[in-house]
Amino acid sequence: MADTLASPPPEQPETRRDFLVLVTVSFAAIGVGAVVWPFISSMNPSRDVLALASTDAELGAIAEGQAVTVMWRGKPVFIRHRTAAEIQEARAVPMGDLKDPATDQSRVQRDAWLIVVGICTHLGCVPLGQKPTDNRGTYGGWFCPCHGSQYDTSGRIRQGPAPSNLLVPTYTFLSDDKIRIG
Amino acid sequence: MKLSIKAAALGAALGAALLLAPLTVRAAEGEIELPKVHFSFDGIFGSFDRASAQRGLQVYKEVCSACHGMHLLSYRNLVDLGLTPEQATAVAASFNITDGPNDEGEMFERPGRLSDRFHNPYPNANAARAANNGALPPDLSVITKAREGGAEYVHAILTGFRDPPPGFAMGDGMHYNAYFPGHQIAMPPILNPDQVTYGDHTPATVDQMARDVATFLTWAAEPELEQRRTMGVKIILFLVVLAGLTYAVKRKVWSDIPH
Amino acid sequence: MAIGLHDSDLKNPVLRWVDQRLPIFSMMQKEYGTFPTPKNFNYFWNFGALAMVTLAVMILTGVFLAMNYTAHTSMAFDSVERIMRDVNYGWLLRYIHMNGASMFFIVVYIHIFRGMYYGSYKAPRELLWMSGVVIFLLMMATAFMGYVLPWGQMSFWGATVITNLFSAFPLIGDSIVTWLWGGFSVDNPTLNRFFSLHYLLPFVIAGVVFLHIAALHITGSNNPLGIEPKGPQDTIPFHPYYTVKDSFGMVVYLIVFAILVFFIPNYLGHPDNYIPANPLVTPPHIVPEWYFLPFYAILRAVPDKLGGVLMMFGSIALLFVLPWLDGSPVRSMRFRPWARPFFLLWVVAVVVLGYVGGKPAEEPFVTISRFAAAYYFAYFLVILPLLARLERPLPLPESISRPVLHGGGPLPAGAAAKPMEKA
Repeated sequence: MADTLASPPPEQPETRRDFLVLVTVSFAAIGVGAVVWPFISSMNPSRDVLALASTDAELGAIAEGQAVTVMWRGKPVFIRHRTAAEIQEARAVPMGDLKDPATDQSRVQRDAWLIVVGICTHLGCVPLGQKPTDNRGTYGGWFCPCHGSQYDTSGRIRQGPAPSNLLVPTYTFLSDDKIRIG
Repeated sequence: MKLSIKAAALGAALGAALLLAPLTVRAAEGEIELPKVHFSFDGIFGSFDRASAQRGLQVYKEVCSACHGMHLLSYRNLVDLGLTPEQATAVAASFNITDGPNDEGEMFERPGRLSDRFHNPYPNANAARAANNGALPPDLSVITKAREGGAEYVHAILTGFRDPPPGFAMGDGMHYNAYFPGHQIAMPPILNPDQVTYGDHTPATVDQMARDVATFLTWAAEPELEQRRTMGVKIILFLVVLAGLTYAVKRKVWSDIPH
Repeated sequence: MAIGLHDSDLKNPVLRWVDQRLPIFSMMQKEYGTFPTPKNFNYFWNFGALAMVTLAVMILTGVFLAMNYTAHTSMAFDSVERIMRDVNYGWLLRYIHMNGASMFFIVVYIHIFRGMYYGSYKAPRELLWMSGVVIFLLMMATAFMGYVLPWGQMSFWGATVITNLFSAFPLIGDSIVTWLWGGFSVDNPTLNRFFSLHYLLPFVIAGVVFLHIAALHITGSNNPLGIEPKGPQDTIPFHPYYTVKDSFGMVVYLIVFAILVFFIPNYLGHPDNYIPANPLVTPPHIVPEWYFLPFYAILRAVPDKLGGVLMMFGSIALLFVLPWLDGSPVRSMRFRPWARPFFLLWVVAVVVLGYVGGKPAEEPFVTISRFAAAYYFAYFLVILPLLARLERPLPLPESISRPVLHGGGPLPAGAAAKPMEKA
């Protein structure tokens, strides 16, 4: 007596079976989706990386006209003690001339101190201009040697392929001589 | 279907053996029985009594931190314990952290910040031993996971100081403790009644302080405990429903096979 | 159809184009779709699939853990704690990986016991069985090295004790140990190479699993009756019958796994491993993880160091030659009424060995371990060979379909029973 494989069940039970299978598979799919999330999330910055990592910087030693670079969250931050001439130059620029319009006042807390992240907004090189011997470009700020972007004394993009101004990080004056970045 | 009885018996025997196996190892460690203490985080649905844990933090700060570090915790973790960021900042600032080198190349001290790890009372293990008669006060970050009995053990040690029984030979500088393996511990009886003044006016008996410290230390060792259990309940409920569904599908699919 | 293309049955043109050049779809259809599988599996046959799922889970969680783990003695313990506290869902990844190792051994031990009870190791499945033993050995090596990585007290001292065993070998022993350590004690070189090998071996396991399943698909699966399928009436296609049954089994397995991970994650572990490794302080009782305890007990049962090492490795090496030690032509112990109690007693002996393995090496545990170890070896070397000659097995059913259609069990006395089937 050779049994053959059972023939497909009649239509009604098969529809019921299909519905049950559909519900089960959907339910399982939700489970699979829920399982994937922790793996993806684990690759996001961890809590210790996200923790308020801040850098303190001493301003007392920076003479007028000089600039200093500090590291913050693995990135360079330019601190420039601006001269009156540089401040005036920055204030005099009409908004129409700027690719990324922003007033100088909106970019500093105290006029003499310009604090910007030293990463060119084009493709990430570190612009020149911190040392007095560096090429500061036509606008007296910074010059990026990679593709020729030029920034002014407020760190705003004036010429070249960079799309936006140098980023101003969050910072606070702890005292006249000390700031906390981040 | 006959086999399934045998199968079930075999499975049950294996299962029982596996479940009981760890207990055999535990029993070997020492026959000191710990007094039973009920904690808020006991059982499947237990959670951390935050008031108790915060009192425990206070005891840690004012008593234990003189000798015991908790270097795996950061001050920002205290926010999970119910402290406001300002309160946590204040706790951090009450400790001096070594930082540096500065531009002169020297290390310097500064008040702690939220992002700092908990301050270590000693710069290294040798300094710790030198200050404590050769004994090393263990770091308390995971102590409730590192000791048989967990929170009950911590509570027992802190409340277990007694006079040694007659004829018991005490080592130099050691103290008798009813629950410490070997009964001789280098730590002196550290908790005394009203040693700490609790902010919420709970009477600071030794037993109360011990419970609060044990709660705090359990939180410190397993900060994910509550989230883990909540997730577990949801996942197991989901799986039970899914088990029912898959079993129904299995029965349906197999209904055309005699088996 | 051009020369050089696979003859594909697929209808979808894109899938067909792929299948003609690399017949993965046809292969999946043949090996996991229509593959004729005995219709009378019980739930013991789920455990191979569960082992495969566990391997996948371990590799997945392991790779993500390795993104945050640092294999240096000064940072290993702290990096694991950072995973537990700071990495998003790091505690979940760690606890799944940690308890997954235990689940892997639970599943594989049940899988092995199934093979022994139903004679799945007998001809023509000898290589299937032996590749399985290879997988088991690789699993033990992987688990041993993995346990060292958190660099706790048990990690360090377990590594020290087990690697020191190799010094038992005369003449070359000490050189072997120095070579394993990469130094004069378990230290940073040891930790680093264990991390590298721990990452590698699971992929070797995956390769051997592929061979294991390939061997299975040549001979076909065994079944609870131990008799070969006679024709299509005895088999059903793997899909949907066993895909669906394995899915149910997998969900039940996940429930057990979830209970461990979410409610008692440290139950199967040892508290001492939450103490950072200290080469100057030995824990009072050095105990390996539970799944090694039976072999640890065999090791300590022998008073001689080299003897203990040889017996421990021998207890696993013996598994390789089981197909030739057990000459009985009857596969399933359902029809071997004498062999069955001896086998169940052997399982009890393994459990007893596991129990005493976790105890200190004192009386009465040492004597118990010697009796249990003696029985362990006697089962393979004396009892099974003798039974092959002396045992009178129960009459085998005519076919797989027959007992099913007649309500199960051996045929009633009146019906003509086929004589003992050659395995």
